[in-house]
Amino acid sequence: MSRRMLVSLALVLAMLLPMVANAAPLGQAVTYTIKKGDTLWALAEKYLGAGTAWPAIMASTNQKNIEDTTFAYIANADVIHPGWKLWIPSLEEAKEFLATFDMGKPELLFGKRAKGQLVVGSWWTSGGEAAGLSGMFDIYASKYPDVEIVNATVAGGAGSVFKGVLKTRLIGGEPPDTFQLHAGLEVEGYDPETYLEPLDNIYASEGLDKVFPPDLLTLLKYKGHYWGVPVNIHRSNVLWYNKKIFEENNLTPPTTFDEFFAVCEALKAKGITGHVMGSSGAWQVSHLFENVLLGTLGAEGYSGLWTGTTPWTDPKVTKALENFKKMVEYANPDHPALTWDGAAGYIIEGKGAMYIMGDWTNGEFIKYEFTDYGWTPPPGTKGSFLALSDSFALPKEAPNPENARNWLKVCGSKAGQEAFNPKKGSICARTDCDPKLFNEYLKSAMADWAVDTIVPSVRHGAAAYESWVADFDDALTLFMATWDVAGTQAALQQACVDAGICK
Amino acid sequence: MRRLNWERVASVLLIAPSALAIAIFVYGFIGFTGFASLTKWDQLLPDFTLVGLHNYQKLFAHPRFQIDLRNTIVFTVLFLGSCLVIGFLLAVLLDQRIRGEGLFRSIYLFPMAISFIVTGVVWRWLLNPGIAGAGSTGVNLLFDKAGLGFLKWGWFTDPTVLYIHPESGVGQLLQRVGLGALANPNFGMSVGIISVVLAATWQMSGYTMALYLAGLRAIPDELREAARVDGATELKILRHVVLPLLKPITLSAIIILGHISLKIYDLVVAMTGPGPGFSTDVPAYFMWETTFEGNHFSRGASIATVLLLMVAVLIVPYLVYSTRTEAEL
Amino acid sequence: MTMQTRKLIGSFRGVRWSRLLIYAVLTAFALFYLMPVYVLIVTGMKSFAEVSLYRMWNLPSGLHFDSYVRAWFGSPGEFRGLSLNFMNSVYLTVPATLISAMLGSMNGYVLSKWKFRGSDVLFPLLLFGMFIPYQSILIPLMQTLSKIGLYGTIPGLIFIHVVYGIPITTLIFRNYYAALPTELVEAAKIDGATIFGIYRHVLFPLSMPGFVVVMIWQFTSIWNDFLFAVTVTGNPEVQPITVALNNLAGSFVVEWNVQMAGALLAALPTLLVYIFLGRYFMRGLMAGSLKG
Repeated sequence: MSRRMLVSLALVLAMLLPMVANAAPLGQAVTYTIKKGDTLWALAEKYLGAGTAWPAIMASTNQKNIEDTTFAYIANADVIHPGWKLWIPSLEEAKEFLATFDMGKPELLFGKRAKGQLVVGSWWTSGGEAAGLSGMFDIYASKYPDVEIVNATVAGGAGSVFKGVLKTRLIGGEPPDTFQLHAGLEVEGYDPETYLEPLDNIYASEGLDKVFPPDLLTLLKYKGHYWGVPVNIHRSNVLWYNKKIFEENNLTPPTTFDEFFAVCEALKAKGITGHVMGSSGAWQVSHLFENVLLGTLGAEGYSGLWTGTTPWTDPKVTKALENFKKMVEYANPDHPALTWDGAAGYIIEGKGAMYIMGDWTNGEFIKYEFTDYGWTPPPGTKGSFLALSDSFALPKEAPNPENARNWLKVCGSKAGQEAFNPKKGSICARTDCDPKLFNEYLKSAMADWAVDTIVPSVRHGAAAYESWVADFDDALTLFMATWDVAGTQAALQQACVDAGICK
Repeated sequence: MRRLNWERVASVLLIAPSALAIAIFVYGFIGFTGFASLTKWDQLLPDFTLVGLHNYQKLFAHPRFQIDLRNTIVFTVLFLGSCLVIGFLLAVLLDQRIRGEGLFRSIYLFPMAISFIVTGVVWRWLLNPGIAGAGSTGVNLLFDKAGLGFLKWGWFTDPTVLYIHPESGVGQLLQRVGLGALANPNFGMSVGIISVVLAATWQMSGYTMALYLAGLRAIPDELREAARVDGATELKILRHVVLPLLKPITLSAIIILGHISLKIYDLVVAMTGPGPGFSTDVPAYFMWETTFEGNHFSRGASIATVLLLMVAVLIVPYLVYSTRTEAEL
Repeated sequence: MTMQTRKLIGSFRGVRWSRLLIYAVLTAFALFYLMPVYVLIVTGMKSFAEVSLYRMWNLPSGLHFDSYVRAWFGSPGEFRGLSLNFMNSVYLTVPATLISAMLGSMNGYVLSKWKFRGSDVLFPLLLFGMFIPYQSILIPLMQTLSKIGLYGTIPGLIFIHVVYGIPITTLIFRNYYAALPTELVEAAKIDGATIFGIYRHVLFPLSMPGFVVVMIWQFTSIWNDFLFAVTVTGNPEVQPITVALNNLAGSFVVEWNVQMAGALLAALPTLLVYIFLGRYFMRGLMAGSLKG
């Protein structure tokens, strides 16, 4: 055999090695303490004959942990530590487990307590969101100790990966007990009448219809029912500004479009970018435009666009497109390459004066310990709160429906929302949360939430179906390239017709 | 006699599973997709009410799809052109009895072994123009270092569309001939797509080089010697003897590269996404996004069918032609 | 100096310049093809402190492997590493390659040595499957896989690659067997061997080179596939490495040097196959061009 063949054979064997078992599997279960350098994979290979059997070890250890807490609780198969005690099942048990195991159902890796599990699906995998979710889990665990909470998150693509997995599970009849979705019309994409339970009785029994603002309640209804319990509220219409630039140039935060353009002009003369924006993602463009729509048409006019009462052919929409165009003219020329956090960075570094973006920008400022900023509603939107919200829904075929309902009650409760929102950097959907728990910006947002007119964000799932939002995005992406006001207005009108709302 | 029949039956049985699989998974599925494109299926649950060619009418009127088609044409022309030219050039050079030919060949071909996703990730950073005020990166930075700073541009972040201006000389000419409508951005070329062409050419030009090299090597030396004896220069030999003999290879390369370029998807996903003003959007990308993220299944099915027809126009004649010529052998 | 010598020197000088030019052009192109590899490797080897987009082309100060380690193992709380997905790709690619090679061999055998009425129509019909844009079968494929419970799984992906690999594997084997003399088969038939017997005793032993070409080609195609992988597997725990790499590269949290390190890790297997077995890779490449 040539040397080359030998080398290639060696390569092939190396690839096959993980699949070739060479240790004798065990006949009975054992306790095993993790040593440095161990992986579940290697242990499975050693004790069960194949690395692919690792889920059996994870599941039996987690189940054992419920009865005896000296055993480890493995939240993530990749994160194990020396000294943890594992329960390695016998080959028989492992085979039985693996026969029904499905990677798409992470809850199978966790034990079942006396009252079963609560499988919570979301894309909150890191940072403040994960911390907030943890806070709510703690509250739930203290009230319902006999339920095993399984945090079934799926990362990637700001939720688009999760949505894909979830839709498959819904259609397949094997959903989680509850899952995260944007409150409002986004629920249409999940065909709620077929797959979800209406939550009207939970709203009634928990008194949620008294403690959520009435505008919010209107937003939450689809086909006459409530389908999700909102946990948090984010605000889309915030204009953040760099205080230093404003002070040095004797400027005051603008309240109308004319004032906005005047500020930009004044700064332009000094070579400073007045309006910072990033447009590398289509959603950022739509986000800015929904603010301009609200500012130009007012709360009632804006809301009417999504229900069919305001025609998209209205001259005010033309004015909105023209305002948008002018705003982009004053923006930093490298916006096609900037992400939303890159744009926020410009405010932090003093490279630009004003940035219109949702209140998650506040989290960005805090992360970089930037304090010299102010906020105000974007031009024309004072008195309106452009809201988006994350909520939890209840699938019809949830495996543990009682536990899921209790979860939804925790989500809607004062304690639950107070545990979640300060960590996530959003405000409660309820109007009775304690302001002392929140930072400066959030306090002002809470105050506004109680009195402002609440209107739904289109870009973030509240005002329109997913397909409509996609068409809306497309029309605006084209507008940014062609600056064809008439054509874009026609496209927006067509999007409304296609969605079945306009005639 | 009987055993012959049994062998016949056995051979058909042996190939039957594959034939069945292809019948269902290729032709059956194509049929289903075509059918879906004629329905009103716009959400998670199928809705098979027939609407005739309505989806296709809307699709061809959709500005994004029009840009996609434009981008496909531009991409195909540029991609095929550069691969053929570069591949041919390299093959001709390598044919000159070069020392280290094996090494050069391996270097030119290795990009074919890696995924379009890897290529996309790498070239996205290579062609990242950098942020104004912070500095240039990637190839722009290289231009700066080589003193060629004027060559810097936005690559795939540049939304410019090049088109014939109505006031220009060519524009006036077109108007006089009655084709004035062509002097319009709708018939222009998005410059952003050049970035994708560059990455794709990097990946695939080794293939054309290999094809041409094999073709050159297959030309018998006697033909070239005969021409030399007649007094022809190397260049003339290239033009009049070699090129005509390479026509079948060029055809082959056009077909193979052409069908890859029509359905290009992975590279766009990893490298640029749809781009500003859809400058780097392609039909395959639009199809995936509109079907699996927007739930517009019927629209996705119609884009897929259009894609299939485009590819079929290229492939079917080629398949027919090559099967016939083989049969004649 | 004679006229002949002068001519010789002149032609020698002429040849030298043009040869230099040829080498220069070839080297310039070689640099173009290697440029991304340079950045890939160099970036992966920089220490965390020296990684900067604006100093992309600088050499690293020493050998640091942090980027590769982070790309492989991930960063708890931020992003998961590629190790699991690398293994998923192995589970997907090895079985799928072996099965589709066997299938292709059987089909190629039948179509080249046991032609029946219609096999000349069947072959191009099969081949067409290699050229179709997979978007045109994606929707019914998803529906079917869901119904038979293979959606979202690696075995489902294996099944898909085996089915859609039938055209190319059949093509390569058919051409390969067609080049083998029919006398071999005829002689065996006279000796009384059956269709299966001939395959087992005559053709299969001679098929090694064919298998190597097909397996290398399939290994590369399946390992590098993205479209089927991203459509069929939604759960990151199940995804092959191409999808995981794309997700890694698309998120805001991951630094660009980790993305580059990840790209190299993802490309390594097929690159190694190419480096050591390039000759067979080339044959597979040429096979697809039918009349090449």
